[in-house]
Parts: sequence; C-alpha cells; structure tokens
Amino acid sequence: MTTARRRKPTLAVFKFASCDGCQLTLLDCEDELLTVAGEVEIAYFLEASRQTAPGPYDVALVEGSITTQEEVERLKEVRQQARLLVAIGACATAGGIQALRNWADVAEFTRVVYARPEHIHALAQSVPLSEVVPVDFELRGCPISKRHLVDLVTSLLIGRKPQVPTHSVCVECKRRGTVCVMVAHGVPCLGPATQAGCGAICPAYHRGCYGCFGPMELPNAASLGTQFLALGLSPGEVVRAFRSINGYAPAFRAAGAKFGREARTGGAREAGRE
Amino acid sequence: MSERRIAVDALARVEGEGALRVMVQDHRVTDIQLRIYEPPRFFEAFLRGRRYQEAPDLTARICGICPVAYQMSAAHALEKAMGVTPPPGVRELRRLFYCGEWISSHVLHIFLLHLPDFLGHESALGMAADPRLRPWVERALRMKQIGNRLVTLIGGREIHPVNACVGGFYRAPRRADLAAMEPDLAWGLETAVEAVRFAAGLEYPDFEADYEFVSLRHPDEYPLNEGRLVSSAGLDAAVEDFERHVIEEQVAHSNALHARRAETGRSYLVGPTSRVNLNFDRLSPAAQSVAREIGLALPIRNPFRSLLARGLETVHAFEEALALVRAYVPPAPPRAPLPDPPRAGAGAHATEAPRGLLYHRYEVDDRGLVASARIVPPTSQNLKRIEDDLWQFVPGVLDLPHEEATWRCEQLVRCYDPCISCATHFLRLHIARA
Repeated sequence: MTTARRRKPTLAVFKFASCDGCQLTLLDCEDELLTVAGEVEIAYFLEASRQTAPGPYDVALVEGSITTQEEVERLKEVRQQARLLVAIGACATAGGIQALRNWADVAEFTRVVYARPEHIHALAQSVPLSEVVPVDFELRGCPISKRHLVDLVTSLLIGRKPQVPTHSVCVECKRRGTVCVMVAHGVPCLGPATQAGCGAICPAYHRGCYGCFGPMELPNAASLGTQFLALGLSPGEVVRAFRSINGYAPAFRAAGAKFGREARTGGAREAGRE
Repeated sequence: MSERRIAVDALARVEGEGALRVMVQDHRVTDIQLRIYEPPRFFEAFLRGRRYQEAPDLTARICGICPVAYQMSAAHALEKAMGVTPPPGVRELRRLFYCGEWISSHVLHIFLLHLPDFLGHESALGMAADPRLRPWVERALRMKQIGNRLVTLIGGREIHPVNACVGGFYRAPRRADLAAMEPDLAWGLETAVEAVRFAAGLEYPDFEADYEFVSLRHPDEYPLNEGRLVSSAGLDAAVEDFERHVIEEQVAHSNALHARRAETGRSYLVGPTSRVNLNFDRLSPAAQSVAREIGLALPIRNPFRSLLARGLETVHAFEEALALVRAYVPPAPPRAPLPDPPRAGAGAHATEAPRGLLYHRYEVDDRGLVASARIVPPTSQNLKRIEDDLWQFVPGVLDLPHEEATWRCEQLVRCYDPCISCATHFLRLHIARA
C-alpha cells in the first residue's frame, strides 16, 4: 500500500452470475476468518454483512460471470472503485458452467424454459470478467482453493505476489502418491491439461479430473483428447469433457472445437456410439 | 394521498441477489415484490445432451451452500431412471454426508446470517468484536468447520464435493478417518444443545401466520434422503407425484418462479420449520429433549422462530452423525454398476436440502444423455410464502421510523434463509400452450 497513513486495506466482495460458493470460501476459512477480519477492513460483503462502506476499495474480489447488460455496467462500476480487481473462480475467470449457452441459442434456451421469455433479459454469452474490464489477478477453481484465498489476502497485506501454481494436476497426484487413474485403470482424466490447485482430489477418489481449475499454462489439450479417443471415447464425449466447468477458457474452447469438428465429420457413425 | 415506498435494493446476509419493494398508499399496502435479479443460468436447458452421470457434478454448481443436496436429489432420481439400487451401506453414508451439510449450512445461517438481527449487529464479525458474544462466534465457526470436515472426508472438499455419483460413491471413506471425528461430533452435539438453550432466550417478534407446512416424512427416520411428500393440510403422496401437487408460475418482477399448491392455489412453506412441525417425533433424543426443556410450542407458526427449528435440526444432525460414524462399515463395493449400454428411462426424486424440499426429474435417452431436466429448489417454493408473510407483516411496522420498518422487513425475509442463487435456476421446461 502506498498511502502515507497506516490504515487497514479495504476489501470488497462482489457477485455476478454464480453459485455463491467462491465467496462462501471466505466464510469457510473458519480458522482464519476472525484474524483476516482483524487485519483488513471488510468494506463490502453482502453475504456476510448489511453494513457497507462506499468505495474506492483496495481490493475487490469478484465472483461470477457476466451474463446480462446490467452486469456489464455494474462490473465497470466495480472496476472504477477497485484498486486491485481479483476474479475468483471458474465463472469469473472463464464464464463458468453457464457458459455452455455460448454453444447454444440463448433465445431458444429462454423460450424453452420460461413461459414468458419477454421478462428475461440475458446476453447471448456468459463471459469472464476479463472480456469486459481489465483484471489484475485471477484465482482459478470451482470452487477456488481456501489456501489460495488466504495466500492472496496475506500477499496483499505484506506486498508480495500471490503464489499460485501453474503446473498440472498430475504434479499434485505424484506428490500425493495417487496411482494414475488413466494409466492404471484407463479412466479419462483432464489432469494432464488442468491447472493444479485443488490438491488432485478426483483421482484420489478413484475418478478422473473434470477440470475445475481450468487449463494449465501451455496445455497440450489436443494430445490429451487424442488419448481419450484411444481409450474408447467418441469425439462427442471428448467435446463434452473439455466443454464443461471451464469449457469457455481459451485452451479448452479450442480443444472442444477441434474434436467438435471430428464429431461432425464422423456424423452418423458417432450417433450410435455416444 | 400519501405514498410511501420501502425498498431494500440489495438484501444482505442471504445467499444470492434479491431486492424487496413494498408500496404503501394511504397507510395501505398496495404491492409487495420480492425481486430476484440474480440472472438465469439455464441449468435445465444446458443439461440436455449431457451424460446423465454428469448431473450430480453439474447441478451441484447451482448452489455453493448446499451442493450435497443437489447431488443427492440428482443421484436418487437418476438411479430410479436407470433402475439401479446402491449397495448396502451407501444409504447410511449418504445420510452422514447430508448431516455434514446440514450442520455447516444451519450453523452458517443461525450464527452468521440470522443471529445478528436479534442482537442488533450488522454482521457476525460485529458480534465477534463484542466480548460477551465472541465465544459464541468462535463456537459457531468450530461447529461449522466440523460439518465441513465431515463433508470433506466423505466428498473430497466442502464446496462441490466430488465423491457422490449415480449408484453410490466413487470411494468409501476409511473407517479410521471417520472414527477420528467422534470427539468433535460429541463436542458439537453438546454445543448445539447449548446453542438451542441460548436461542430460546432471545426475544422473538410477535408475528404468526397460517401456513401449510410441506416436507418429506419417513416411517422411522427424520427426513433427509427419502420419504413421502406430506403436509399439515393432509397431503400424503409419493415424491414422484410432486408435480401433480405443485403449480409454478412466472411473475414479471422476478427471475425465479413462484410455487403454489395445486389443490388450493395457496402458497406453502418448506424448510426446517415444516420438517420439525411434521416430524417432531422423528427428531433425535437430544433434540426432542432440549425442545421440551425450552418449552417449545408446536407447531411453530412464527417465522422468526425458524431459528429454533434450525437449532434443533443441528442438534439432530450432530447426534445422528455421531451414531452413523460409530456404526460405520465402509460399503463394499461403494457403488452399483450402471446399465451398459445405457437404457432410456425417467426418474423423479426429492430430498430435504437444508432450506427444504429439493425436487429433481430427469428423462434419459438410450444413449445415456439427458433429454429433459426439471429442478425445483426450496427457495423458489418459499418465495410466494415470503411475499404472503410480508403482506401480513408490513401493516404492523408502518408506524415505525422508515429505516426501522425497512430493517424489520429485511429481517423477515432473512428468516427463510433464502438461497437466491438456487431460486433463480428454477426454470420451467414444459410450457403450456394455448
């Protein structure tokens, strides 16, 4: 902090289209919550307090994706009020699971599910915060990791860069001593292309990773998809594997598109197998 | 003519985003709108074409507060669709899993979201600054943590756990890991009983309404995963028939639909108050005993006293979790095999989420892909009931100073522990065409 007078940094928490899980992570820091509350001024956090202080804020933690015009405007206001804007979670960093609409016709979605679609105002796409405003830092995950969140707040207090891994989930499996589910059991696993951070939970529970933390730095998603085909998945199933919680993140989006083309050229042959 | 507007633009200490508008003309309430501006996320639409095994993982993302509830309703409904029965021991492990979520969700609401209203604080962090209240905030955080640890041990993490699946669990937790929780669960049980005694001494606003209480009821258990759909007005039906007894309608001011009972056209109440009122005899011994000790009068008709119902259910969840942990034998295998190749089928189920009845229905095609999905979360069922309560409640607070009246209305809404993130995802899949 560059201010001359010593004061607690102010923290604000904002929510857009999301499940509340990432901001709940802050309340789930049971061991750290009261300490954190003593070190920073929680100026705006509606889920926890009706008392709000006006901005500007030193840090804004922003959960959720942008799905309506109203949200576009509100996010721009948040950006103006925040010295540092941190996107938290898969919705804020990649558009979230609701970005599945990005491959569909949102008008059809609305018509099919609402009796009076004229009252529903949704944009055609669910996009990450960074498509609307500059974002200073991102915490990945669905949900984010408690450890990363505490590290972020600590970093902010002592003025260092937060330590977030950019390697794959595979590294976490090896550290944990988990047998590789793909090599040993032929279970499709997104771990080789997914950023670490969850602690490699899924393979430890005998199932494949489904990509909560999104693509790692420089993933070879195309090669992983080809391996899925070798394990017996249809191109359509490979598309679904990439097009999930973080499906709109660029690397997974590209892989989904690539295998989507294969699924289409496979056409009728695939229909029976999916 | 005097016009007055009570507006809460952003409701605090609720999960998700909503606003409240009350219009008053000449001392008469003319309109009340609980507006859900949380944008739609179209879960039921994008579930179409996904593999049915993905439904527990994907629907969990509707709500970060009660992901276990979504996983349980989805797994049960899809097991019916696939004609699959989970192996022995899975049912108990699922109850234990659900107890963990009830504990963390209820404690979160009681202490961090609801209690500050009774004690004149803006938040639990404000309470923590008061030396007389800080021990309760610390105890609450520890209780909540125990619930979260239980969910993490069984599910891998507390928010969006990864272990539950159609057919059972991917991996059974080790006996020793669960046994290690015994001392904490015993402490939690004792503390939850203390918490109910503490809550009994609070001052509750004098307000009662005439509700139809709706919940599950099971022959010999407090309802969590299974039971029949019952109500205080005599409803007694299979959960599969839910849609025959409930009608939903879209209202212009909200992204969530409103539910009414089909037979009467009236609103109804789901959640802890309904469950306690309809299933008091199924509560654990410690919960029943502390309820008698504090002289709790049944049925609870005062929404503010839902805090006590939530407290009793927290006692129950700790006591049942303790018993389940002591008797735990890892299910082997932990999950039933699924039909391969998949078969076409349909299934519907409801379980008791912390906030009340959560209904899922799926149709699956012969490729194992979801053909249609319908999800009815508890908060959308309660929305009309909350508005009805406000119609009755608002005239009684109109003489108070504006800020105070606004605050009181906001408090009433918080009594329901509304989870607005969930409610907005209640979308109608089949539309009636004229």
